[in-house]
Amino acid sequence: MKNPIEHLNKVFESRVRLGIMSALMVNEEVNFNELKELIQVTDGNLASHLKGLEESAYIKVHKGFIGRKTNTTYSITKAGEKAFKLHIEALEQMIKFTK
Amino acid sequence: MDAQTQHLDTLKDIKKMMERSSRFISLSGLSGIAAGCCALVGAWFAYGIIHGSGGKDAYNSLMVSDVALPIHVGTTLKDYMGNALFRIAFFTFISAFVLAFIFTYIRSKKNHTPIWTSTSKRLLINVCVPLIAGGFYLLKLVENGAYGLIAPGCLIFYGLALINGSKYTLGEIKYLGYGQVLLGVINLLFIGQGLYFWALGFGVLHIVYGAIMWWKYEKVR
Repeated sequence: MKNPIEHLNKVFESRVRLGIMSALMVNEEVNFNELKELIQVTDGNLASHLKGLEESAYIKVHKGFIGRKTNTTYSITKAGEKAFKLHIEALEQMIKFTK
Repeated sequence: MDAQTQHLDTLKDIKKMMERSSRFISLSGLSGIAAGCCALVGAWFAYGIIHGSGGKDAYNSLMVSDVALPIHVGTTLKDYMGNALFRIAFFTFISAFVLAFIFTYIRSKKNHTPIWTSTSKRLLINVCVPLIAGGFYLLKLVENGAYGLIAPGCLIFYGLALINGSKYTLGEIKYLGYGQVLLGVINLLFIGQGLYFWALGFGVLHIVYGAIMWWKYEKVR
């Protein structure tokens, strides 16, 4: 029998990363402050998780300006979308599997 | 906690986060109830005016139109602004909007979600576009004296606006939208009864919808 755990993605193991990916799945782009409000974490914590996801090429970063203030927005990549869907499916499998 | 509930919680978290980030969820059921009450009070006043000024006199306009507007076809928009029915409509709209806003504001404070976010902006844009287009269309109908089409027009355009906005807030609002559109279409078969349909749609439907939403999401258990 196939083991569903193999599809659980280690990259998505933290609550913060799940939050980031969930928000980016349903929005074209989300900026840093909106993510911070949604997930309720500190700047540093959020930034480090965003960095991690960016390094896995699951999200894209756009640096822009609104007036003089920097406005950094994030969006999901094709690879990120695919990986996250697989992760959710794996979670669902796990639930069925253990029933 | 066993693995199963843990995964289930994770999935729930993901779902919650997707909704929170894409939908404006602070819309309060009490807002619907308040708006509905305003509409009923407004309709009651309007009823008084129509039956006070219309009656059996020459206008006899309940046959051809909804309201016995004491003005003639072809007068400018300015003349309408001084009209009692327009004043009622205006105050009804303002009081409904303000009350609805207050209850939603209170709920957003309770939820700790900010009220002015990209989700609320998206909701506002998607509701306002059909609403404003409809508004211009209705003003043109008034200018041409087609008063009987005003109430169904209000209901249909408002219903479509709600259906359009339902993707950006609690999804149930689309049923309110379908209800309004349906009432508007039925009203087209009974031109002249617009005020009753208007009161039913903007008054009763709002109150029913608001009560259900409040019961479902806000009732303190």
